[in-house]
Amino acid sequence: MTAPLLSIRDLSVSYVVGNGMVHAVDGATFDVPAAGIVGLVGESGCGKSTIARALTRVVPKNARFAGGEIFFDGTDLLKLSEGEMNRLRWGDIAFIPQSAMNSLDPVYRIETQLGEVLRQRGGLSKAEAREKSEALFELVGIEPRRLRDFPHQFSGGMRQRVAIALALALDPKLIIADEPVTALDVIVQRQILDQLQALQQRLGISVILVTHDISVVAYVCDRIVVMYAGQVVESGDTRTVLTAPYHPYTMGLYNAFPDLQSSQGILTPIEGSPPDLSAPPSGCRFAPRCPFVEPECRATEMVLHEVEIVDGPAGHVSACRRNGDAEMLRAKASEVATWSA
Amino acid sequence: MVGVTAPAIDGQDHRDEVVRAEGVAKHYQVGSNLIATLRGRSALVKAVDGVSFTLKRGESVGLLGESGCGKTTMGRLLLKLVPPTSGSILFEGRDTATIDGADLRAFRRSAQLIFQNPFEALNPRLTIRQSLAEPLENAGVPRAERLGLIEEALELVRSPSPAEILERYPHQMSGGQLQRIVMARALILQPTFVVADEPVSMLDVSVRAGILNVFRDVRERLGLTAIYISHDLALVRYVCERTIVMYLGRVVEDGPTEEVVHEPLHPYSKALVTAVPVPHPDQSHEALPIHGGAPDARNPPSGCRFRDRCPHAFERCAVEEPKPIQQGNRTVYCHLFDS
Repeated sequence: MTAPLLSIRDLSVSYVVGNGMVHAVDGATFDVPAAGIVGLVGESGCGKSTIARALTRVVPKNARFAGGEIFFDGTDLLKLSEGEMNRLRWGDIAFIPQSAMNSLDPVYRIETQLGEVLRQRGGLSKAEAREKSEALFELVGIEPRRLRDFPHQFSGGMRQRVAIALALALDPKLIIADEPVTALDVIVQRQILDQLQALQQRLGISVILVTHDISVVAYVCDRIVVMYAGQVVESGDTRTVLTAPYHPYTMGLYNAFPDLQSSQGILTPIEGSPPDLSAPPSGCRFAPRCPFVEPECRATEMVLHEVEIVDGPAGHVSACRRNGDAEMLRAKASEVATWSA
Repeated sequence: MVGVTAPAIDGQDHRDEVVRAEGVAKHYQVGSNLIATLRGRSALVKAVDGVSFTLKRGESVGLLGESGCGKTTMGRLLLKLVPPTSGSILFEGRDTATIDGADLRAFRRSAQLIFQNPFEALNPRLTIRQSLAEPLENAGVPRAERLGLIEEALELVRSPSPAEILERYPHQMSGGQLQRIVMARALILQPTFVVADEPVSMLDVSVRAGILNVFRDVRERLGLTAIYISHDLALVRYVCERTIVMYLGRVVEDGPTEEVVHEPLHPYSKALVTAVPVPHPDQSHEALPIHGGAPDARNPPSGCRFRDRCPHAFERCAVEEPKPIQQGNRTVYCHLFDS
């Protein structure tokens, strides 16, 4: 396996809230391969958006990096000076926000905004910037004449394409997309995902797709990272993680998700709620909601272990103590009675 | 409850029918007529434009479509929260436009809305007990009977530890718990008809399933007639045996959900079904049969509103509005099926 483009090691990010700390991300570890789409998935408050922002080091004022490393192309981003980091931002690492409207200035034409980035940051001349702007619009499937339009003249889906064009402006190696299709209708969502995937493959870049929707991950991502309560609980090849999960949370998430194509019986909720991250429980954080919990689970800190898959792709890790029982747990997890409190 | 006293308009037996919408339209004026005319477009948004369907007692029907298709407006029309611009809505055989006074109070008891956002649906200054007591108070239920009804409603929505949560405030509760309270509040007056507007769209996946299960269970136990408004076909399929697909203010297809999912007839339904991602990696990456986005609702295409995105459109689609065509159990509004 070639060296990953991005390697996150034991990353912790906390927020100062009142007199306490909320440990939004606690010891997250995962890799993003060169030229691949990684889905970062989890429910609200699991820390996925915090990670997305931490990667560009653009975080709210009350956020604190509490430890860990983020290696990008071999360099630890957390050790860079603000100036060095600034050069990487947008240049090598670009960001697509959930609502493109937030990243566009409503009073300037797209042409002006895109041109400014290309000239100031990309060092292009006015004519070159114009040419590149048109090429970028063509790349994302918008007619170049619409460069003259203002942001409000675009529909939600078109705006998201503009955001992708902006992200691609300086030929990044990595794009971080934070819920890029969540606010969109299903048909537009599909169009944007298809576009993102086509561009990723054509340009050979890497994408981190932050989402709460495992079906979006299943549709476009090569790899999946499942987060729960600030920690990575399972990650690996999308196919093996979704078809043969090792962590009970992944199993539960899958069973709670409606599937249009299968003749599914009853959807199974996961009872309870995620823990309060200002005072997380010791041991496994999913233990209070886990149907397979054993007393030791509450005493043992979670560690990601490589799971043994015969003939499967490498790099599948799960933080469950009971990884060895996965096959039996999977069978039980598919029964509704297992999850009713 | 509103009596079934008024005879049905066409003199037929509609006792089985709870709701009948006939050519219902709702137009909104947006901005100035003058400016709109100068810009060559209408200042009218036809949010709902000629929708007809009936709901049988105990039926659970999904109103499916993308943003701007008119599904939420339709839900509000059915509940008499906004008056139709034209057309009529009958509830238990009576035109809702004529319901007023004491009958209106009875109608408001019988027909309830379940809100989309549980974080905004409850008054933050009231405890859960007060929030649940409010509709009972308004309906004149004696104080002595209220607590019993509140407890019953909480039990109905399977709210955990009801005794503890009664004195809590909304901010002390999770989204899933709140949505159960919102449902309990809608059900506490024992309605016969409910409209649920995207009731789980604000909730996390792991909690959503619980709410959907309660919805399924409750409407079965109470024999409710229900409308479930959503943009998500997978959710609609889970709770509704029948689905009405809307596009730009019109119905395009209406029939059993399983048939719509497995063999959509209307080209728009087909696109919707194709576009829904599923949670396993071996899904079809079949190309979308349509392109582009929905057109401006102020200037919908002539004839069939879907024609400019439809891969099968032909001359007739531009000049003639599709009429309902019966195909087995389904009604489809498309010239392709008019042979």
